[in-house]
Amino acid sequence: MKRFPFWSWLWFVMGALYFLLPLYGTLDFSLRMQRGTLSLMAYESALSDPQFIRSFSFSTQMAVYTIIIGFLLIVPTAYWVHLRLPRLRPVIEFVTLLPFVIPAIVLVFGLIRTFGRPLTIGALTIPPLTNTVMGSNFLLIAGYVVLAMPYLYRAVDNGLRAMDVRTLTEAALSLGASWPTILARVIFPNLRSALLSGALLTFAIVIGELTIANFLARPAFAPYLAVLSNSRAYEPAALSIVSFALTWAAMVLIDLVTRGRQSVLGGAGH
Amino acid sequence: MSEALDTKRLNPALVRKKSFIRRIPWAWLGVLPFFLFTFAFLIVPSSTLFIGSFQNAEGEFTLENFLQITQRPNIVQAYWLSIRISAATAIGGGIFGFLLAYAITVGGLPRWVRNILTTFSGVASNFAGVPLAFAFISTLGRTGFVTAIFRTLFDVNIYQHGFNLYSFLGLSLTYMYFQFPLMVLIMTPALDGLKREWREASENLGASTLQYWRYVALPILLPSLLGTMILLFGNAFGAYATAFALTGGLLNLVTIMIGAQIRGDVLHNPNLGYALALGMVIVMAISISGYTWLQRRSEKWLR
Repeated sequence: MKRFPFWSWLWFVMGALYFLLPLYGTLDFSLRMQRGTLSLMAYESALSDPQFIRSFSFSTQMAVYTIIIGFLLIVPTAYWVHLRLPRLRPVIEFVTLLPFVIPAIVLVFGLIRTFGRPLTIGALTIPPLTNTVMGSNFLLIAGYVVLAMPYLYRAVDNGLRAMDVRTLTEAALSLGASWPTILARVIFPNLRSALLSGALLTFAIVIGELTIANFLARPAFAPYLAVLSNSRAYEPAALSIVSFALTWAAMVLIDLVTRGRQSVLGGAGH
Repeated sequence: MSEALDTKRLNPALVRKKSFIRRIPWAWLGVLPFFLFTFAFLIVPSSTLFIGSFQNAEGEFTLENFLQITQRPNIVQAYWLSIRISAATAIGGGIFGFLLAYAITVGGLPRWVRNILTTFSGVASNFAGVPLAFAFISTLGRTGFVTAIFRTLFDVNIYQHGFNLYSFLGLSLTYMYFQFPLMVLIMTPALDGLKREWREASENLGASTLQYWRYVALPILLPSLLGTMILLFGNAFGAYATAFALTGGLLNLVTIMIGAQIRGDVLHNPNLGYALALGMVIVMAISISGYTWLQRRSEKWLR
């Protein structure tokens, strides 16, 4: 006879309370904008604010660029290392772990000090990137790619391990495929679920990221939310719930596409 | 070298080309974009801080900045507060996360509970910054919902009994929200790796549950447990967004101080700011290497 696992249930209930109480508190608060009744007024007000729409679409755009550049950088590299340069693997692994060692606040500090002044490489002089909108956006995306790199690399690396890269490549080569064709029609499709989960995680990181956007003075979603919470009470609560729901949706989708094969280890936006 | 042979096998045309072309390591070209990018946006920015921290205002070499770190009281306090908060949330989050991971693996809870908890942990460990701060303000702030429960049900105003969300305890409670889920995510597979045979063998030899844990399971799990707690330490140590959103820069943490230094040279010495950042990177590097080393050790048994 099996005993009722009392302690296990106790820990679970405590954990569930820790998870749910703050969410319940925020949800409850977000519904009380209208005195006396529960209403969605805070959501209507927050979501229709033109500044919200602007900042959210800005962050979405940045997320898309980060995902594209991140993949263009990581997928061919990880593939090449698997195929041709296995002895480089520890080096690449080390480099992709560096963003864990360099917190976002230190990274943006370095980026501002490096690219905030004219940069001379040989005969070429690059004007300060932080002086222009284009330059700042570019720095922001570069910073996000760095933040997302550990997760992207690990997702892609796991995906590549799960298939036989060498045999697939040799088969494609002997059928006369060119390298771009191999990447686009053999490797990418086989990595679909790994790429999708990497993209979703990157999206969640970028949408919630405060530090880098704040110091580069970019009109992103998290800095907007931070400013809003100084002047309003109910709208930030509503947007917190929305952003929790988005993170939740991203994680559930990741779980679905990878069918639990890959655990999501987070921590880029603290 | 097997890699060189493989290159020939894959692309026989390459072998026939002239020798000087062959001597160019073409295979390395494939990883060039990656290294160029990380060089420009990771290595160079870090080196700028690194070099700057060893220079004085005139650009000469000095160790003065590091001496200042150990001498200026507000900097020492900032490091000490960051270390205490990180240690408290790493140990607290580590123990609580382990108990939860235990409950959903060996603890005999049904499968659906495990699925819910791991998904929630994935979400919570990625949930931080302004929304997290706001969630805790609406829960434990002055007008928060749990604060109100204490007032109406128990007639206790926790704020009159020394509780304050914008303090050490408050920030620690908030950090715990992303700390213990990370512990759950890493410890669950480790606990899954405990083999049933080990338990059966110790039971056959007459060991009690307590003895099994004391002499078999915990020693095997220890490197993984310690390693993950060290990782949690680093996770909290580098956190800026949550602390900034919650206290608005009120608490004197190292990350908050670096933020103020970026905005406007509050330390009145740019190079001291670089040294402050470098000190932070050193602590993070120690914590990540500790985690990696201990995790490797635990893989010997748990796979």
